[in-house]
Amino acid sequence: MKTLEELKAIRDRMQGQVNIREEDGDAIRVVVGMATCGIAAGARPVLTAFSDAVQEKNLSNISVTQTGCIGLCQYEPIVEVITGTEKTTYVKMTVEKAKEVIDQHLIRGQVVAEYTIDSDKLGK
Amino acid sequence: MMTEISLNVLDVAQNSVRANASLIEISVHADTEKDTLTIVIADDGCGMTEEQVKSVTDPFFTTRTTRKVGLGIPFYKFAAESSGGSFNIKSEKGKGTVVTAVFGLTNIDRMPLGDMTSTIHMLVTLNGHIDFLYNYKVDDREFTLDTREFREILGGVPFDEPEVSNYIKEYLSENKLEVDKNITL
Repeated sequence: MKTLEELKAIRDRMQGQVNIREEDGDAIRVVVGMATCGIAAGARPVLTAFSDAVQEKNLSNISVTQTGCIGLCQYEPIVEVITGTEKTTYVKMTVEKAKEVIDQHLIRGQVVAEYTIDSDKLGK
Repeated sequence: MMTEISLNVLDVAQNSVRANASLIEISVHADTEKDTLTIVIADDGCGMTEEQVKSVTDPFFTTRTTRKVGLGIPFYKFAAESSGGSFNIKSEKGKGTVVTAVFGLTNIDRMPLGDMTSTIHMLVTLNGHIDFLYNYKVDDREFTLDTREFREILGGVPFDEPEVSNYIKEYLSENKLEVDKNITL
């Protein structure tokens, strides 16, 4: 059984560092749709891929959050990447596509155009 | 349709999040004697009126404005009932909501429970302002995760801090393994 003692040790290690991390600010926001449509389409592993990558690669300027349904259920799982005033909407995401977006967009700043929503298709 | 029960739990628990709950209790209890798998999701959120409770199992009822259908509860109800189980929602406006789903444990039509560890881990780390009390029980073996306990130990260190998040994941998976022994739900 995992004990609470381990958690105390983590707290003792972390307490001095937390403040530093908060001052970084959140330069990039990754928002994953987690309503019924998103979850049924496979959003859970996609969100896990993003938050795992942020942890493993120590991308402290990136925050990963969830949102509800934005009315485009047929395009789920949907992931929005928000940097400053720019918003990129990725559609029909998978864990593999998420990894590419992490490497290309989140780390190198290059939008992965082929996975973004094609606004023409929306019929507007 | 969801492919595993744990995805339904994640989906239905999101309703509790949106209901502004401050404590969400989730219990998963497998009873091999009674041949049942009972999942209870209880919150202290805003609750529903009697009329809303009657409507939530209707797929064409939703409080949303972005679309006209609400499939979360209908999916969950269907999953429980098609495995020979039952489904019940109790809610009181201003007090909270309790959703109980009973599945036939060995019924051929029961979906696998799936990755409960991911579901709980995600709920806890993405909703740092809400407390979760999670109990996982197989016959007389069980474990509990209480974020109030974690919060007290951690002081101000948040749940989505990498080391803490990792600890929570391991806490869930290691304890589940011990409770499961050689059963896969």
